[in-house]
Amino acid sequence: MTVFKAFDAEDAAGIIAELKHLEGPLLPILNAFQARYGFVGEDAVRLVSAALNLSRAEVYGVVSFYHDYHQAPRGRHVLKVCRAEACQARGSDAVAEAVEKALGVSFGETTPDGQVTLEAVYCLGLCASGPSAMIDHGRLVARLTPARAEALVEEVML
Amino acid sequence: MTTRIFVPLDSAAVACGADEIADSFAREIARRGLDAVVVRNGSRGMAWLEPLVEVETVDGRVGYGPVEPEEAVALLDGALLTGGRHPKRVGLVDEHPFLKNQTRLTFARCGITDPLSLDDYRAHGGLEGLARAIELGAEKTVAEVLESGLRGRGGAGFPTGIKWKTVADFAADRKYIVANADEGDSGTFADRMIMEGDPFCLLEGMAIAGLAVGATKGFVYLRSEYPVAIRILSEAVEVLRREKVFGTSVLGSGCAFDVEVRVGAGAYVCGEETALLDSLEGKRGQVRFKPPLPAHKGLFGKPTVINNVVTLASVPVILAKGAGFYKNFGMGRSRGTMPLQIAGNVKHGGLYEAAFGLTLGEIVDGIGGNTESGRPVRAVQVGGPLGAYFPRSLFDMPFDYEAFAAKDGLIGHAGIVVFDDSVDMMKQARFAFEFCAVESCGKCTPCRIGAVRGRETVEKVMRGERVAENLALVEDLCNTMKFGSLCALGGFTPYPVMSALTHFPEDFHGTPLREAAE
Repeated sequence: MTVFKAFDAEDAAGIIAELKHLEGPLLPILNAFQARYGFVGEDAVRLVSAALNLSRAEVYGVVSFYHDYHQAPRGRHVLKVCRAEACQARGSDAVAEAVEKALGVSFGETTPDGQVTLEAVYCLGLCASGPSAMIDHGRLVARLTPARAEALVEEVML
Repeated sequence: MTTRIFVPLDSAAVACGADEIADSFAREIARRGLDAVVVRNGSRGMAWLEPLVEVETVDGRVGYGPVEPEEAVALLDGALLTGGRHPKRVGLVDEHPFLKNQTRLTFARCGITDPLSLDDYRAHGGLEGLARAIELGAEKTVAEVLESGLRGRGGAGFPTGIKWKTVADFAADRKYIVANADEGDSGTFADRMIMEGDPFCLLEGMAIAGLAVGATKGFVYLRSEYPVAIRILSEAVEVLRREKVFGTSVLGSGCAFDVEVRVGAGAYVCGEETALLDSLEGKRGQVRFKPPLPAHKGLFGKPTVINNVVTLASVPVILAKGAGFYKNFGMGRSRGTMPLQIAGNVKHGGLYEAAFGLTLGEIVDGIGGNTESGRPVRAVQVGGPLGAYFPRSLFDMPFDYEAFAAKDGLIGHAGIVVFDDSVDMMKQARFAFEFCAVESCGKCTPCRIGAVRGRETVEKVMRGERVAENLALVEDLCNTMKFGSLCALGGFTPYPVMSALTHFPEDFHGTPLREAAE
């Protein structure tokens, strides 16, 4: 399960050094930051902009544009429930409602104990086996029912 | 002989426990010292049977599905190794009607081979297209693609050969091939399936494109919502580098080519080609004005071929078997095959590759076998979140670029999402605007503001506020968005909205009842 590392300028500089040579290195670097620290904060933006010779505004513009990037730390786990049409047709609204109720938060929010952030995702490509969800950027679950979603929430809350 | 057991590594199988099943098999095989091996294949495309476990027998591959992880050990104890009886036995997989009636050209190997075995790929016709392209030379390769009639499978349907020729004819010190793997449309998963099940096919197509137009570098822009595809495709690139297919001399041709896999960051609009290019360059994924065309001034300002994954993955078979062979399938100006993705509330969902021309009814009722819920089909959305909703009365429409356009729809990336009669079309219209508002890149006003105002106006209709007036406003707004937006996001959002309004007007007037219910 994901354990984010605390942001550390030296570590971050290492990531930048490793990816800087790529053509168009900004997204690979930001992806690595988001995956490692769980967010791309002000310090990270300063570091990247200096290293790539970009203005902070430019980097901030990119960070704020993409749904995957977050400017502040969130839950230790992220639960993404698909809300797109194919899952809607297979009953994802009921699943979404059950998840919100079980977590006690709405989409876009984090549980008060900082354990889980609930997010909507628009399509995981499991459109014939929905409703589906993804946990912590890698674990996929399909054929959800409200009951199975509640069990999943319980597991993530542990 | 060692018995081969196949357990798909495809996301749709993994999301239903395929990894656990493969692990149990491997553990039990080792513990008992069985003469068997687990192969992780791609998906055959029968989503309702996933995880579909297969075993090789003298008669062919016998399938069992959908297997639950907790059934795995018992299955191995009983029927599996001999292909024997079991309640979940589906018989010889190749004889399954869902597969047997397909015309698998692009997806010929998907589900059959080990996606990361280059030997397996070669044994099933892989790299023949690339070898022929090298033999033909650049000019004739472009001519072959042009002649095949292949059109962009991402949705726009632009002739691939013309795109390639434009890039080939444009002199530059550096050119790029970009595979658009930002498959964000709900109801589509063909790109994902081929990248997970036959990644070499896409990469071979990119190499052919590279040789044809004189590009030495390719990028695959892959969405972050596809973790399995990211892993498999990246490993496949490594294999091709190791085996010297990619590198300074592709298959000994003397031409260089290499591919980098790049992961997106969760922006639907990056599926639009120019937004994708900006994103690859490390910018906000905002849509560019055209001209200049990407073919002239694309990635980093260089001539760029940007094609959808399925388009590029269709190129190897065209080169291997010839343009004439491919062109023979299809109807009108829609030549070849299309991997249909049958999704949503449907009994037999999955990937069905067929020549263009099947009717929507044949697809939904015949192949899909109607709804999974058992309730009647009410609406079918074709082409993702920007595609139109069609009622049963239009089920005789053939699957063809022009036929759909004539009915104010689009085939898009060929995702077909089935809804039963519990669907509320006003809610779907509201969702279309909402989705556009969430995903708009913000560059043009009709999309950025129109989507928000559209959602608000539909919500007014939902509340029963001046229904007729507000619906007229929605229609007017759709007109502005359709003709005034910079790209298909704002430009096509009117399709789901207007088709819902046109074909299902009853859902937009029963307001007092709905109000009471809420």
